[in-house]
Amino acid sequence: MKSIWTITKRELGGYFNSPVAYVFLVIFLLMTAAFTFLIGQFMDRNQATLQPFFMWHPWIYLFLVPAVGMRLWSEERRQGTMELLLTLPISLWHCIIGKFLASWIFLTLALVMTFPIWITVNYLGDPDNSVIVASYIGSFFLAGAYLSITSMTSAFTRNQVISFILSVVICLFLVLCGWPPVTDVVETLAPRSVVEFVAAFSVMPGIEQFNNGQIDSRAVIYFLSVIGFPLFATNVVIRGLRA
Amino acid sequence: MIKVENLSKSFGPKNAVNDVSFSLERGEILGFLGPNGAGKSTTMRMITGYIPPTAGVVKVGGNDVTQNPIEAKRLMGYLPESAPLYTDMTVEGFLGFCAEVRGIKGADKAKAIDRAIDMCFLKSVRHQSVDTLSKGFRHRTGFAQAIIHDPDILVMDEPTDGLDPNQKHEVRSLIRRMGQSKAIIFSTHILEEVEAACTRAIIIDQGKIVANGTPDELKAKSELANSYVVSINGTESSAVRDGLGTVIQSAKVTIVTDKAPTVVARVFPKKAGADGELGQAIFAVAAQNNWKVNEIKKEEGRLDDVFRNITLSDTKPQ
Repeated sequence: MKSIWTITKRELGGYFNSPVAYVFLVIFLLMTAAFTFLIGQFMDRNQATLQPFFMWHPWIYLFLVPAVGMRLWSEERRQGTMELLLTLPISLWHCIIGKFLASWIFLTLALVMTFPIWITVNYLGDPDNSVIVASYIGSFFLAGAYLSITSMTSAFTRNQVISFILSVVICLFLVLCGWPPVTDVVETLAPRSVVEFVAAFSVMPGIEQFNNGQIDSRAVIYFLSVIGFPLFATNVVIRGLRA
Repeated sequence: MIKVENLSKSFGPKNAVNDVSFSLERGEILGFLGPNGAGKSTTMRMITGYIPPTAGVVKVGGNDVTQNPIEAKRLMGYLPESAPLYTDMTVEGFLGFCAEVRGIKGADKAKAIDRAIDMCFLKSVRHQSVDTLSKGFRHRTGFAQAIIHDPDILVMDEPTDGLDPNQKHEVRSLIRRMGQSKAIIFSTHILEEVEAACTRAIIIDQGKIVANGTPDELKAKSELANSYVVSINGTESSAVRDGLGTVIQSAKVTIVTDKAPTVVARVFPKKAGADGELGQAIFAVAAQNNWKVNEIKKEEGRLDDVFRNITLSDTKPQ
């Protein structure tokens, strides 16, 4: 456990030692604000809800999470530090989890820094704060799911850009395969059972539940497995690289 | 401390390492020699547990590296080829990270960092970011990382690669000093390094061990070993050849250079071990013929001759 935390600390330090962290935080906050107020029309709705804030997260994360995670393993491969890391007396699992946690903590920090919007909505009206808490939890899990996929794609290649693109494509699939505007079109082409099967992989139904204030155990299990499976795949890929 | 048994590694159809066995005890410094692509790095990566072997066993301090990797890795310090480092950290931060991962913390950690920084002459760059370091400092930081926990076993892949002559000298003397209390294995393709630092050398070619012995033993395998070089003034080369040809202990006489007035000849011994007699006989012949001898020198053998003869270079015609 201690070695996981040592890895996590190093990775987090890596974010804040470069301007990347600050650039990311600023862009994330600007984008969430822009989407909430300009496109989500938070003010014009005249409703005490953060729905127009959280509804954009699956789309904003689509680009920002891969940007945070794309270097996780590809940079280790490119710099050759993977050889150093994996000959230290720690297991590969500890490294994978430590690195993943560092990025997840960083994304959570970004999410926490959106608190002014929560204060704003409470100042302006009387929102259901339990829904807001559930939505934050959903957003937290969503970031973890995307990040875990990025961890896997970053192990595929020593090129961060390829890692980024692969991750965006996979995450986009997980969004679109359960997004009604897409599934409605696909339903006219493929049998309903197929569409439903594919849609079951989507992050959207789970996220909608969280955004409606429900913390459903099935949604939690879904997100934990979407986090777990790519991490497992990361392990397999890295073992495969060395064999 | 290190026991390598029948180690093999193949990447697809290519056999990178083929049935390599050797062992290493405390107090030994083993030089791992071989042309590029001979399998040196692959062997070291298997010893340090970075890549799993296709077949064979590596035991480090009694721990099987495949079965019990964490314990084995704890005993070792490893400097990978070209000394990879986390460039976003300072030298001190990086060494602190390596110490912490190895379970050294608090006051011990500060002590371990100080010790490594002292030993590797890193004081002047202690708080500097790794990506601003020159190659020599980077290499030494990698070296410091390998010795941060004062390991019993040190594995280093080309520790002097890319260093200037002064730094090479420093690193070699550091290896020699540490070799008294540790088991050290390092790879190189610089032959003088083996003579300067190693107690034993292994030459590996195309994945196989082709020679294993002390540097002196290896040098003795040279064709030139124990031959004498005689430099004479004012005598015809044919007369020198005929005169030296009468020496019964000599197998062969060759003329190395013949630039009037100096003739340089090489006399090869008939059998190894008779070199003292051969030297005396050459003196006797020279005295008999009243040659003006400038110099007479015994050849100890050259490692690079041995190396060239027993490794198949890809630059040599098959």
